[in-house]
Amino acid sequence: MSFSLHRSDHVLVVTVDGQLVVTNRQEFKQAVLDAVADGARTVVVDFANAGYIDSSGLGALVSLSKRIREAGGDLRLAALNEDLRTLFELTRLDALFPLYPSRDDALAAH
Amino acid sequence: MHHQSRQWTIESDVARIDSVVATIVGLCEVAGYSARHCRLNIPVAVTEALSNAIVCGNGSDAARDVRVSVMVDRKRLFVEVVDEGQGFDLAAVQQSPDDDDWFEREDGRGVFLMRQLMDCVESEQPDGKQGHRLRLILYRA
Repeated sequence: MSFSLHRSDHVLVVTVDGQLVVTNRQEFKQAVLDAVADGARTVVVDFANAGYIDSSGLGALVSLSKRIREAGGDLRLAALNEDLRTLFELTRLDALFPLYPSRDDALAAH
Repeated sequence: MHHQSRQWTIESDVARIDSVVATIVGLCEVAGYSARHCRLNIPVAVTEALSNAIVCGNGSDAARDVRVSVMVDRKRLFVEVVDEGQGFDLAAVQQSPDDDDWFEREDGRGVFLMRQLMDCVESEQPDGKQGHRLRLILYRA
């Protein structure tokens, strides 16, 4: 249950390894907010190695989406498996986030 | 297969959630629950129930415990989570994606998720006693 950050100019890629849940959501959120405060504007969260997400993890993403938009950027979600896509569909949050098949697709989007 | 059961009494620390969830998922895998159930429905709903008890029910007060019971067989999963808080009226909690602030607020989706992912979500507050009891039921088929 962890995540790693890779920064290149205004682009931040966050790779989630394991769960994004109540136990790590604050750490995740703060790390992204720190990068946004430091100039990151395109934030891609890569879920290729992720497990499940609970309502706390979803809430962190919703909150980040708003904060990043307010800073003039956008939050993109990539490589969600079928289960995670179902979670976003159940909560209708797929309408809030652009969902991309892969990290590369998310980075290439304009 | 006979049913399998486990009980825990854990302190109010969200760091304790993962191992309980992993054990319950493991029991369900052995009992033949689907991959979807084991990767999504069960871990997410049980995490919600436990975090709700620890954070909302007990206020993350280390002096308060959460009791968890699980019973699994090839027909159904039954999970009961009891905290020491003041409880709430589950029926009155009507979280929905139609809420005006659904796409803005950070919290307030846990009960909705449990209801979506389980076949039955019930709560009970013993009369005149402190403590809130939440039950989750999921049928295998």
